[in-house]
Amino acid sequence: MNSFRGFVTKEFKQIYRDKRTLVVLFGMPVIMMVLFGFAIRNEIDGAQIGILDLSKDEVTRTITQKLEASKSFQVRVYLENYDEVEGLFRQGDIKEIVVFEPGFQEKLVRKNVANIQIITDATDPNLANLVQSYTSNVVRDYVQILNREAQVQQAGIQPQVRMMYNPELRSVNLFVPGLIAVILMLVSALMTSISITREKEMGNMEILLVSPLKPYHIIIGKVLPYMVLSVVNVITILVLAEFVFHVPFEGSYLFFFLESGLFIMTALALGVFISSASNNQQTAMMVSLAGLLLPTVLLSGFIFPVASMPLPLQWISHIIPAKWFLIIVRDIMLKGSDLMLVWKETLVLLVMTLGFIGLSLKKFKVRLQ
Amino acid sequence: MRIIRFLLRKEFLQIFRNKAMLPILFVMPVIQLLVLSFAATYELKEVDFALLDMDQSRVSRELAAKFQSTGYFNLQAETFDRNKAMEWLDARRVSLIIIVPPDFEEDLTNGREAPVQLIIDAVDGSTAGLIQSYSASILNDLNAEKQLELKIKSADPAVVQVKTINLIPQNWYNPDLDYITFMVPGILVVLVSMIGLFLSGMNIVREQEIGTIEQLNVTPIRKYQFMVGKLLPFWIIGMFDLLVGLALARYGFHIPFLGNLATILVVAGIFLVVIQSLGLLISTMTNTQQQAMFIAWFIMVVFILLGGLFTPIESMPGWAQNITLANPVAYFIKIMRMVLLKGAGWQEIQVMVYTLIGMGSVLLMVSINRYKKTTG
Repeated sequence: MNSFRGFVTKEFKQIYRDKRTLVVLFGMPVIMMVLFGFAIRNEIDGAQIGILDLSKDEVTRTITQKLEASKSFQVRVYLENYDEVEGLFRQGDIKEIVVFEPGFQEKLVRKNVANIQIITDATDPNLANLVQSYTSNVVRDYVQILNREAQVQQAGIQPQVRMMYNPELRSVNLFVPGLIAVILMLVSALMTSISITREKEMGNMEILLVSPLKPYHIIIGKVLPYMVLSVVNVITILVLAEFVFHVPFEGSYLFFFLESGLFIMTALALGVFISSASNNQQTAMMVSLAGLLLPTVLLSGFIFPVASMPLPLQWISHIIPAKWFLIIVRDIMLKGSDLMLVWKETLVLLVMTLGFIGLSLKKFKVRLQ
Repeated sequence: MRIIRFLLRKEFLQIFRNKAMLPILFVMPVIQLLVLSFAATYELKEVDFALLDMDQSRVSRELAAKFQSTGYFNLQAETFDRNKAMEWLDARRVSLIIIVPPDFEEDLTNGREAPVQLIIDAVDGSTAGLIQSYSASILNDLNAEKQLELKIKSADPAVVQVKTINLIPQNWYNPDLDYITFMVPGILVVLVSMIGLFLSGMNIVREQEIGTIEQLNVTPIRKYQFMVGKLLPFWIIGMFDLLVGLALARYGFHIPFLGNLATILVVAGIFLVVIQSLGLLISTMTNTQQQAMFIAWFIMVVFILLGGLFTPIESMPGWAQNITLANPVAYFIKIMRMVLLKGAGWQEIQVMVYTLIGMGSVLLMVSINRYKKTTG
């Protein structure tokens, strides 16, 4: 037990002496949080658009002004004819051209119907969609005001939408759990796998193996400092989320930390598993990157919803621990769920963790070659 | 020249001897391209919904049928108990509840307002937004149909005089709003940058950590020769991976190649130098592979997030948009998309290319300067 304590002390010292890495380790969650919270959004802010007004009357000018007045758009150019569109799009800054048909006002007054053509640069389909729907909102508002002024009765089917759990549709509410998962994968899995393979590569593993330490002592000693770091990171993200971004937290903190602890175990087990399967740091890093981080970012539902993926990828997503963790944490934070609602996901995570621990204990070799 | 050749041979031998690295260098990028391209989509698929039809009328049934027939919505369960439906929403069994109030049909036919309640699980904001806009357009269509029927039946002047402005959307370059076409060029950039940034930087730190750098330092190899020897192998591998990726994009994903392929390759060559110089700079500032890896990964994440790959740069607030001006990945992603998807030529991209060249020269000079042939 004494030698084990000594080993753990050595590990802690080694990590906490490396100031540069520590700064990154603690600074990263903060910076990522700020980036996600402020910069990564799916709303539009000042998209550059062009106007092709073939009618040049009072109504088209009013609509143009309304577009200009909305924070989402910046009217950059006024075109004279269709041929200019191609060149503008190619330069890449203009995302949308709004075309008013000739005789717009007249048609609206006489026939009650007029047409606006919206040409979007759809190389980015998501952006094209957004720009289009923002434009149609502006136009719809205008038409409503017009009809109200004319005292025409507005009738018909009116959708009344209620957004549950996240009424303002804030992306940051969604990103926080994902961010926790990514950071835990990074700190727990990547760093652990590197630190164990490092001992192998430097030849220190021999020394550790001939010492009175048991193999599981070595693993636990290696893993412990990163566990502490992970917990600190989780707390940092949570504090930032609560006090800077005002992300709601409906559920129980105790339950949240228990689940996070479980996920930290999963990530650590994965890290140990990778390190037992690779011989040098470079391999361990690339495997953790390609096998853990990218799937965690892309297949877990962090940024892109799992339900939108093709079926084979949805199946693959089942074996990604972060997917289950995300469901659990989102439910705890936004819906206030308890174990009753997420016991299935918790069970999956638990089984995965035990499986990986078993596998890596089996693969961990007591002698080298 | 001879020295560089020897150095290159040494590096390539080392790379190809490491059997664990080979699949990572050549197979992993292909798998990633395939997986990521299909995964990175916001398209809506099969939303399960619950229906509370209090009206049980012809129109309300028509409404439910209309939702189902779009293929985006799937009626999971029907109930008259609102609490039950909310429980389903809690348990993630459904993501949308449609509530049709009693007297829905009567209100509609009498020219009154006929509300339909949509309760959406908005944990995932962007999906919720899509569900909302899809259902709104379904309801709009239904409404237009019904209003037309009414118009024909009644001669109420108020109904006739409602003004409408039709919006006719036209999506250029990608008329079907296909996400894969958009993502593949960007993902290629990320794969290439990962190879450039992680591997070349790591390589020098590795020699430092193991101690073999001393052996190189005492040879008559000049600084620049050493650098070329370190950079060139991964430059070649990066370009090779890019070519494979482009071939896959062209023949596997049928991405339109409107622009000139040579332009892409030239820009890619410059871009790789920029990224590799950055990797080199990181390696001169760190002592262990762990440190280098960590910093490189961190920078990579920032580059990707602020590169316009997943979320449009246009959605970022002004200050974040300004940061992207210093992001080489953002430039290359933009150039790739412009050239491949829109057929942009040299004229449209030259400013960005010059910026990349500028970044590359500065980074390369700084990192060569920082590299010292002494240790300690």
